[in-house]
Amino acid sequence: MNNAQIEIQLIASLVAIACAIPGTFLVLRKMAMISDAISHSILPGIVIGFFITQDLNSPLLILLAALTGVITVVLVEYIQKTGLVKEDTAIGLVFPALFSIGVIMIAKNANDVHLDVDAVLLGELAFAPFDRLLISGIDVGPKALWIIGVIVLITITLLIAFFKELKISTFDAGLASALGFSPAVIHYGLMTVSSVTTVGAFDAVGAILVVALMIAPAAAAYLLTTDLKKMLALSVSFGIFSAISGYWFAHWLDASIAGSITTMLGLLFLIVYLFAPTKGIIAVLYREKQQRIEVSLLTFLLHLKNHNEEEERHVNHLREHINWQKVRAKTVLELALKNNMIVINSNIVSLTNKGDDFTSKAIDYIITNEDSQIEDMKDDFFLFRG
Amino acid sequence: MFNDYTLRTITLGTAILGAVTGMLGSFAVLRKQSLLGDAISHAALPGIAIAFLITGAKDSNTLLLGALISGLIGTFWIRGIVKKTHLKSDTALGLILSLFFGFGMLLLTFIQKQPNANQAGLDKYLFGQAATLLESDVWLMAIVTGLCLLVLLLFWKEFKLLLFDADYTKTLGFNTKFIDILITSFIVLAIVLGLQTVGVVLMSAMLLAPAAAARQWTNSLATMVFLAAIFGAFSGVFGTAISASQNNLSTGPVIVLVASVFVIFSFVFSPSRGLLFKQIRFIRNRRDLELHKTLAFMHNIAETHENISHPHAVKLLNNFQGFTRKTLQKLVEKDYVTLTGNMWSLTETGFETAANLYTKQTTEDE
Repeated sequence: MNNAQIEIQLIASLVAIACAIPGTFLVLRKMAMISDAISHSILPGIVIGFFITQDLNSPLLILLAALTGVITVVLVEYIQKTGLVKEDTAIGLVFPALFSIGVIMIAKNANDVHLDVDAVLLGELAFAPFDRLLISGIDVGPKALWIIGVIVLITITLLIAFFKELKISTFDAGLASALGFSPAVIHYGLMTVSSVTTVGAFDAVGAILVVALMIAPAAAAYLLTTDLKKMLALSVSFGIFSAISGYWFAHWLDASIAGSITTMLGLLFLIVYLFAPTKGIIAVLYREKQQRIEVSLLTFLLHLKNHNEEEERHVNHLREHINWQKVRAKTVLELALKNNMIVINSNIVSLTNKGDDFTSKAIDYIITNEDSQIEDMKDDFFLFRG
Repeated sequence: MFNDYTLRTITLGTAILGAVTGMLGSFAVLRKQSLLGDAISHAALPGIAIAFLITGAKDSNTLLLGALISGLIGTFWIRGIVKKTHLKSDTALGLILSLFFGFGMLLLTFIQKQPNANQAGLDKYLFGQAATLLESDVWLMAIVTGLCLLVLLLFWKEFKLLLFDADYTKTLGFNTKFIDILITSFIVLAIVLGLQTVGVVLMSAMLLAPAAAARQWTNSLATMVFLAAIFGAFSGVFGTAISASQNNLSTGPVIVLVASVFVIFSFVFSPSRGLLFKQIRFIRNRRDLELHKTLAFMHNIAETHENISHPHAVKLLNNFQGFTRKTLQKLVEKDYVTLTGNMWSLTETGFETAANLYTKQTTEDE
């Protein structure tokens, strides 16, 4: 690993941290698409800022572009408030219009070599180490590293300082305002941080990767935990992991670094989506299947309890009566037998004592809606789940 | 300008595209799936790249087929995420959008490094190049639009019902899942068609803007779909014309800006919902209310006198906020009040109206 490689990975990891923190809150506040809107609509801000400063890394440009991001949010909220269109339509109308203006401004001034639309979407992470920051003639590292480093520092400071406020206003906006925190201040603060992060990161990794780095790690972390601090830690580490593995993947393929970091994020999310212990798709499908069987079993036992007549309890009749297919009826019958709920005598099914008890409890369980009363029964119904 | 053959093809293409996206966009907007278009169009990018990697040719039909498949995968993955996990739809949309797009960009940069002379020009799918539209592409668009119209007419009742009352549709015995998949697939198809012209990044606006503009002018679904198609077609035509008259302008952004102008115009000037007329109505109502307040106040004073037309000083009204010279003049015009110098007095009709001001209104309300 040479110096430039280390610097690129460092920049990518810092961008990942800077994105993961506001991203977590955006995902929790159901505003993930706002990050997409901001990442597109800062383009005119960047172009105008570039015309004024002639330097893509100037702090003034970052502020101007971040201001465009906040203007986007305000505009979206204004359109929502008029009630003319729904909230998501408002987002969908504002950012393509602003982005188009930006694209046209670039196209009309195509002579400025530093700005082209591909760079906006993809960034130029591979070239970031070549743009050095010189302080009184001494090389102190790549400019992008300093910019994103400052943004990470500010973001972490704000996070620590306002953690409590952010937490409350995210999960209970009503309580937050009752306690005297202004939800509006927190909201626009978060939007400003997101905008600044997007702008600061865009030069290095491009607009799309910013969106991916904001949403994907947070979404994956959300599938694994419901604790805010753990979620933040997880999404930061997911971000760093994909940044570094993505770099080496790109190195191997000789393709865009931003693209391969996103691909790594995608793979990571796919794995979590499939295999997360309780909220992954496999766990969910398995649980749904178990619940279906459990409901079937209960229906079956209740049917037995309700009928004393022998013809109602004949194995074949059950299949006709409850309208089950053969396989399903067999599964349920076997499950009940295995747990000693029923006995079968010459094709007549009857409940055992245990089955009878269980069914009575089940009726209680169904007709009692209060959680506290069925708390002690819950264990019994996990019997069949394991 | 319509004599130019190429330009005529392109204009026709963008017009058809605008019409079909406007039509289907109405459903996307009303179903609150506005941002789905954004996600789908981004999700189509890897499909284009993979189709190119497999076939090695730049035939736009195969590329669009790839786009269609990957767009559909993206759409159904979004639905899977929303349905089976506790992640909300905005997260799912943003996730699929950015991940697919990033993957697509990875493939595109990978393709660019390949020693295949054919690879140049794939990036036109990012922002669209209407100039590359061929007559065969326009035919494809026309056929899809025709198909789309046919399906819309056939399933009009079902679409409408599902749109406004999904539960009721289910109880009537319609297969809602099928209708839902049908309309979503057509939305994906329309988006994919537009990729070549408008590009991945801005395609969602083509879907939304005409529909959002049309929504302001009507409350009827049929009219809205029709209007959206017209707005879309006009944005296509104007956008192409403007971008053709200038150098260095991609068609996509210009078309989107024209469509946005339609939206802004509709937001402001629509008679029933527009901001302008809403504001005018608001001001007029406030004036009426103030006039009534002044009249009621005068009535209160006049009541205390035996002769209702007994003159009073205008000064008496000064403590009262609703009063201005102008409103007083208006009352005179309506023959409710007579002014002589600095004195005012209620007329017979004025007294009657003031006495019945509130009772009359309540009976009117009933």
